[in-house]
Amino acid sequence: MPEGGNGSAGLMKTGDAMSDLKILPLDGLHRELGAKMVPFAGYDMPVQYAAGVMKEHLHTRAAAGLFDVSHMGQVILRGADFETVALAMETLVPVNIAGLGENRQRYGFFTDDQGGILDDLMLANRGDHLFVVVNAACKDADIAHMRAKLPAGVTVEVIEDRALLALQGPAAETVLAGLNPAVADMTFMDVATVSLCGVDCWISRSGYTGEDGYEISVPVAQAEELARALLADDAVLPIGLGARDSLRLEGGLCLYGHDIDTGTTPVQAGLTWAIQKIRRTGGARGGGFPGADRILSELENGASRARVGLRPEGRAPMREGVALFADAEGGTAIGAVTSGGFGPSVEAPVAMGYVPADLAAPGTQLWGEVRGKRLPVQVAALPFVPANFKR
Amino acid sequence: MKYTEEHEWLRVEGDVVVVGITEHASAQLGDVVFVELPEVGTMVATGDEVAVIESVKAASDICAPLDGEIVAVNDAIVDEPGKVNEDPLGEAWFFKMKIDDLSALDQFMDEDAYNDLIG
Repeated sequence: MPEGGNGSAGLMKTGDAMSDLKILPLDGLHRELGAKMVPFAGYDMPVQYAAGVMKEHLHTRAAAGLFDVSHMGQVILRGADFETVALAMETLVPVNIAGLGENRQRYGFFTDDQGGILDDLMLANRGDHLFVVVNAACKDADIAHMRAKLPAGVTVEVIEDRALLALQGPAAETVLAGLNPAVADMTFMDVATVSLCGVDCWISRSGYTGEDGYEISVPVAQAEELARALLADDAVLPIGLGARDSLRLEGGLCLYGHDIDTGTTPVQAGLTWAIQKIRRTGGARGGGFPGADRILSELENGASRARVGLRPEGRAPMREGVALFADAEGGTAIGAVTSGGFGPSVEAPVAMGYVPADLAAPGTQLWGEVRGKRLPVQVAALPFVPANFKR
Repeated sequence: MKYTEEHEWLRVEGDVVVVGITEHASAQLGDVVFVELPEVGTMVATGDEVAVIESVKAASDICAPLDGEIVAVNDAIVDEPGKVNEDPLGEAWFFKMKIDDLSALDQFMDEDAYNDLIG
């Protein structure tokens, strides 16, 4: 998130245009729509449009929002067959990839030898290949990692000629089905190749807002036509990074580089649901990924700290970096906020952070230090807003 | 009305100065979700951080534009921070200050100069 958690930013901190920023394929459309552009992960990106973060957030939960996530990395892995590729990728990612059904998608992460998280990603079985989507800030490192570690028989093809759009919200199905009714038959985490605006798009029924919706990989040449066709529907507003951040935060979803990084393990981060039994101790393909010793041990014995939801009791947001304490006075910090801000749908401040395992139960009373004052905050269950997926 | 480079407006009401933030500042901040105001009776010096304003995007400080005493604060914007976006020049004033010499306001910009600043 570009502007959260910077503490006191001053009223008029305007982003200076940096000449080496990469430009999104839909840059012109964003500007036409009144976007305020900011640098994010090396790209010049829309942080908000005319409606503003609050309205964009609420509109996405009420109807549908269109997000340009073309900065993310799209990569195709090929080998002799899907299983070969999947098994190779399983040496880098502690997820059951070989067991993914055709045209099904799964969440996962690259781990390092210490059990930390190098990046999180989406993995899809496309029959003859594995399609993955990785974070923009990590994509160069991820691609180098895959090229260095995957066997010679597996090729890593970076897709540079496709944009990635996300259509999210309860109206997403109706809107997208207006362009091709086939998308209505997809359920959560299904993937399909579907023709939109006369061109084959790679669509998944997923997203990162906690809402039902789709992610659409579309050739750059047709991306603007598709975006305009979606925006032509009254249910759809363009949504910037600001609301994307507050939506995913309310959805309890991790932002790489903030809530997860090489200093956090999947068990600490509460992502154990993504590590299927078959990859755990005793599973048919248990272990065999970087950091397996630590991660498998934490799966059995628990981790020393945990990512938790946090609900400040007052109105002051607790942003990234706010130190957490067990007591109202004295003592040393027991943890810190890793993402935080105002939750427009919750209508209150919400945050996530790490605390010792014995202070991680929902309802635990903690204090967060904001501008030198300790303010009460309670550990809360995640997500803050129930997920609204089409299972 | 006078304006500071920190995008505050100052308006004289009798012998006190009313302070708020400009429409430009309110638009730049985005949706305001939290306001913290000083206590009435506080003596402040120019540049002291006296109030906090948080939008969905970030936190910002409001500094005292002059030396003086805080004589009133607008609790309505603490209860409804969104007022700062709706009516920054009117209902959503922040605080009132008593200062020694009202001529100190002469150092600040008039509306034309401020409009030049924000372009």
